[in-house]
Amino acid sequence: MTRDDMVVDKLRAALPEAIEEVSDFQGERTIFIRKDKIVDACRLLRDDPDLRYNYLSDIVADDLLPEYPRFAVSYHLLSMPNKHRIRLRVQVEDPDEGPETVAAVWPVATWLETEVWDLMGVRCVGNKGLRRLFMPEDWQGHPLRKDYPLGYEEVQFSFNWQEIDARKPRAKQ
Amino acid sequence: MGLLIPQASDSIQELSVEELRAKVGTGMEIVDPEEHMLLSMGPQHPSTHGVLRVLVELDGETVVNLAPDIGFLHTGIEKNMENKRFVKALVMTDRMDYLTPATNNLVYAMAVEKLMGLEIPERAQTIRVIVSELSRIASHLVWLGTSALDLAAMSVFLYCFREREIILDIFEMIAGQRMMISYFRPGGLWRDVPEEFVPAVRKFLEIMPAKLADYEALLGQNPIFLARTKDVGVISHDDAIAWGVSGPSMRGSGVDWDNRRDQPYCGYETYDFEVPLEKEGDVWARYNVRMREMRESLRIIRQGLDRLKPGPVNIANYKVVPPPRADLGTSMEAVIHHFKVWTEGYHAGPGYVYQVIESPRGEMACYLRGDGGNKPARVHFRTPSFVNLASLPLMGKGAYIADLVAMIGSIDVVLGEIDR
Repeated sequence: MTRDDMVVDKLRAALPEAIEEVSDFQGERTIFIRKDKIVDACRLLRDDPDLRYNYLSDIVADDLLPEYPRFAVSYHLLSMPNKHRIRLRVQVEDPDEGPETVAAVWPVATWLETEVWDLMGVRCVGNKGLRRLFMPEDWQGHPLRKDYPLGYEEVQFSFNWQEIDARKPRAKQ
Repeated sequence: MGLLIPQASDSIQELSVEELRAKVGTGMEIVDPEEHMLLSMGPQHPSTHGVLRVLVELDGETVVNLAPDIGFLHTGIEKNMENKRFVKALVMTDRMDYLTPATNNLVYAMAVEKLMGLEIPERAQTIRVIVSELSRIASHLVWLGTSALDLAAMSVFLYCFREREIILDIFEMIAGQRMMISYFRPGGLWRDVPEEFVPAVRKFLEIMPAKLADYEALLGQNPIFLARTKDVGVISHDDAIAWGVSGPSMRGSGVDWDNRRDQPYCGYETYDFEVPLEKEGDVWARYNVRMREMRESLRIIRQGLDRLKPGPVNIANYKVVPPPRADLGTSMEAVIHHFKVWTEGYHAGPGYVYQVIESPRGEMACYLRGDGGNKPARVHFRTPSFVNLASLPLMGKGAYIADLVAMIGSIDVVLGEIDR
């Protein structure tokens, strides 16, 4: 039995409801987890003596527009003792009600989920530290979403500052 | 990213804790706003290695709490890459971690190759290893120079940049650019290395060990340097794993993990090298790991040069890499392929992959989703500096503010990579 299958079996045994789907692509196993089960699944994968996915490599949010559900959050886990990686994926319909934070399992998740919220606008429920990390404090919108246009800003000089300022989209707010 | 904008009317003492927190914009818990001083270190501070702002709450000289504030260098690289064809998006990866562009190219090129299921010729793999390791040494030299400079060791900085110059000259020789080389392309390399490459690298291999001994002589027994680095910024083995610390910073805490050895790519499993490991987890341990890593990189480069055999450096699939220039005069197909590759590009997906490599700063990864179009549908980089920075509050609490400078230097942050 490969390690990929072992993870799926263990998850099925311990959390029968959790797995939605399992897929393979280019040698990478992705396990789709139900949104409300992600913390349990992560904790199981970390603590099970045969699995020991002790390292959270990354959390990535993806905008799948025009598909439904629109958003997906991927958790890339690494088991250092077993030298194996796996991806858990959660599908998110409403970005304001994203998956629960996994900060209780890996504290670094607080930091990674902040990036997810800042750039993609998927709110990981329970994460108190969500704030603008890359974008300015007063920024509107989440730039990595597919419906967010790739824009640019007109360069202002002292002689035309007022003129350009007046037609800037956010100037009136 | 938050800006501390003082208004004429308010002084910090008049604000409630909530107002203060909202104002400083890092979400930092302020322990005692009455007695303690809030200090904004950076973004224009010489020891923050770029535009990093660290908000520090100080009780006298002791750091009570701190929070990194980033985003000053955010350039939307991930968003921009989604709007460029696969090969054009590559040049943006150089600009992330500008101290080691080669490994950035590598992780993206390998992600595209994984997405499309391409196998790269052996010569290209070997050259990739050699150039990546050269890049690792160049990056560690900048780290050594600047972090020693932070601790007031001026001369090391100049020596390090002198040796780095040799590597940059080699990069210029192979890619035409000194820093933003964009040399690794999906499907192989931009072009083969010139004849002078191997002698130039061999010459570098000859002189470098003595230079490394010089640096160690300058710093390794220097009582001031030892006093500034030993038992400073300690991060434990378990904390390092839980906080996702990676690379030399993690190996300085005794976590035995190196993607080159444990999940090999580019044929690293066939090279003979060791992974330096230190137990203490302090600045000194991280210094030692990086110094020893440079020697191991030299070993890998030497083995790579020995096994470098003539052969193709690109795959023969002309849908992905442009056909040889000489064919354009005689082959109609080559002309068509050339035109198609440079105008339309190639299509990849649908599907998503996650490619991990070991960059000089740690675990560098690229999440790439293709939707069957000729542009990446989503690119995300797991940049080691960004995640390593999350552990800075852990190290810094309770330390002296002067040691904070040593800690920031020791986790080797590159702000271009953090902010992307």
